[in-house]
Amino acid sequence: MPAPSRPTLSELFAAHPRDGGWTAFLLAQIDTAGPVLWVQQRMAILESGRVYPPGLPVADLIHVEARDAREALWAMEEGLKCRTLSAVIGELWGDPAVLDFTATRRLAVAAERSHVPCWLVRLGGAANLSGARMRWRITSAPSLADPLDPRAPGAPAWDAELFRARGAPPGRWSLAHDAGAFHLVARAGDRAVGQGQRLSA
Amino acid sequence: MPELAIERWGKDSGFPPDAPIVLTIEGTHGLLIHAVTQAAAERGAAPGARLTDARAIDPALVAVPADPEGDAALVQRLARWAGRWSPLVEVDGPDGLRLDVSGVAHLFGGEAGLVRDIERSFARLGLTARVAIAQTAAAAWALARCSPSPLAGEGDSAKASGARGRGRNRPPPHPSAACGCSLPLPRGERGLFHELTPLPVAALRLDADTVRTLDRLGLKTVGALLEVPRLALARRFRGAEDVVDALDRLTGRKPEPLTAAPTVSPPRALLRLEEPATHPEAPGQALERLIPELVRQLEERRLGARALSLAGYRVDGSVALASVATAIPSREPAHLERLLADKAAALNPEFGFDAFALTAEWTEELGAAQESLVEEPSGERDLARLVDRLTVKLGPRAVRRPRPHESHLPERASGWVGAISLPSLSREGEGGGWRVKRLDAAERASSRASSPLGSTPPLRPSPEGEGKVKRPHRLLDRPEAIDVIYATPEGMPRRFVWRRAVHDIARAEGPERIAPEWWRSASSARLRDYYRVEDADGRRYWIYREGLTGDGRGGAPGWFIHGLFG
Repeated sequence: MPAPSRPTLSELFAAHPRDGGWTAFLLAQIDTAGPVLWVQQRMAILESGRVYPPGLPVADLIHVEARDAREALWAMEEGLKCRTLSAVIGELWGDPAVLDFTATRRLAVAAERSHVPCWLVRLGGAANLSGARMRWRITSAPSLADPLDPRAPGAPAWDAELFRARGAPPGRWSLAHDAGAFHLVARAGDRAVGQGQRLSA
Repeated sequence: MPELAIERWGKDSGFPPDAPIVLTIEGTHGLLIHAVTQAAAERGAAPGARLTDARAIDPALVAVPADPEGDAALVQRLARWAGRWSPLVEVDGPDGLRLDVSGVAHLFGGEAGLVRDIERSFARLGLTARVAIAQTAAAAWALARCSPSPLAGEGDSAKASGARGRGRNRPPPHPSAACGCSLPLPRGERGLFHELTPLPVAALRLDADTVRTLDRLGLKTVGALLEVPRLALARRFRGAEDVVDALDRLTGRKPEPLTAAPTVSPPRALLRLEEPATHPEAPGQALERLIPELVRQLEERRLGARALSLAGYRVDGSVALASVATAIPSREPAHLERLLADKAAALNPEFGFDAFALTAEWTEELGAAQESLVEEPSGERDLARLVDRLTVKLGPRAVRRPRPHESHLPERASGWVGAISLPSLSREGEGGGWRVKRLDAAERASSRASSPLGSTPPLRPSPEGEGKVKRPHRLLDRPEAIDVIYATPEGMPRRFVWRRAVHDIARAEGPERIAPEWWRSASSARLRDYYRVEDADGRRYWIYREGLTGDGRGGAPGWFIHGLFG
């Protein structure tokens, strides 16, 4: 699975606003040991919930509740000036007018200048023009089998579609994450295929 | 202020003035009377007596616990308030104040005027005050507390003791006591001496044992004591009970300086303008000149600002205020300016500002730290500055950090607190920080063992092992009601409808039972059985059933969705 060679802006589209699967996909890609700035637009909180620290592996979280997209973008850019952060995550709802090419380009440049990875998460939005270096669309997939309980949900899996990337061909993968690495998994139904293949993140 | 305790209590509780009330404190042998109302005093209660003795005289006495700490706090406040008469004020014992009034009496129309003013001001507060002015602090103390009638003493350098006991009557000329004492008094103090001689020896502020000894020796007044040769007194009373020392302090032979509580003013930079400035950039420009001055003061005192306020004084006497707070103490000019700049620009000049004051209202110790050699601030400071900037712009409620909270209720466990109010930015706990409560497994076991109802479903141990519970990545601020189809009322859910979309449950795990916190919530709160479910599309949710059928806390159990798993 391709990963950006240096910290930059990645855009992530949730397949559905009520599908929280992308959260684990994103958390698997960032360094959770350092401080993380997580900006949520109020509408995103109402629609798909507030991030919940006891459930997150993030050691140090700063949470910002932004009234609108303009505030959220400002907070993200402000966060990208702080090199101590290990990631900046911003959740925006819908297709706000302020989120145009210029705004995403600004974020991308700021992220690259300060070497802080920035994730712009779009809930219920359309993939219009953007300055993001990588653009993902994440859908939850039926989870892997739980080794102890066949009726329980196991490790999460996703259908990850990289539909635009600079310096990498687009692609589509079925993924699961375990022990610091992504695994290719077969489509739901056939668990035997792809079990041994590994691609480092 | 002899009646301080009872008067303060009376003001706070609004008791009828004729009620026989005594305030009590804990003594070695039961309750002691601390203060009494007038009515109680008439019925035989006296401060210092035992409550049981007073009750024996009159069983109708009402006893109320005294509050010495509150009284002391009031005296401290009064000491600050008394700064209106003298710059040097000292709290003297539990109910007294000492003021150095050298050179200030003329401001109030002489010493008599000063005493009148003090009395009137205390009366306005509803407090009885006995006031005395004398050449020495000890003499003022003695006159205020022990003189049957107080005295506005004459003399050029004077100490006033705003303390207990001021009778109504004017100072009458005291019967001149025998003045043929063997002690040569300092010149010009004969008048004072006349006033002091008839006072009881208790006025010397000696401890009770010494006073009793002197009493038994027949030395009942200060005058009698002064007639005894010094050498004899010095030989008889030594150490702590130094009578000669007390006499010397009384007569001024030995100095007794007042030590006022030091007042530390917060670091403050002031800028006065020649002409009122009406242009909107004025506060910003003032800020540029004030911040270096304030930072210099902070540096001198090794302090860092946690809260700053810029006050713009308008020509019409009104004040415009802009305040900011910081997450860690700071005295870096650029940072402080960036925080205040926006708020300062929003100050409305109206008719014009003629002065600006920048005050560090809350400061904390900050050592002389050196910025690193390269222009890169340390991580924590960098983070704190980010928090400051975000908080100033978005408000303290919008920028928060989690603080682990010991609670089983998911919504309480997140423990969000304002990022700016978190004193230390480093997190307690190691590793992931969120220690999963080990109690959980034990609780499950106990709930299984002592289930109030026989029909609870079997609880399976969590596959992750003991002490590890799965929590969702996202939590809805308030759980939303869902419609659930289930096989049995207390069995696994099969299908649910959330926001008009149907989710078929493919896999489920649970329940994890979380009981209400009975010590916080109402007795009608119901327990929750949480299930981790996954629908046919692979979306994972956290839903719960509130209550059990027949738990006597409402009708059929309701279902709610509470969280989303990643």
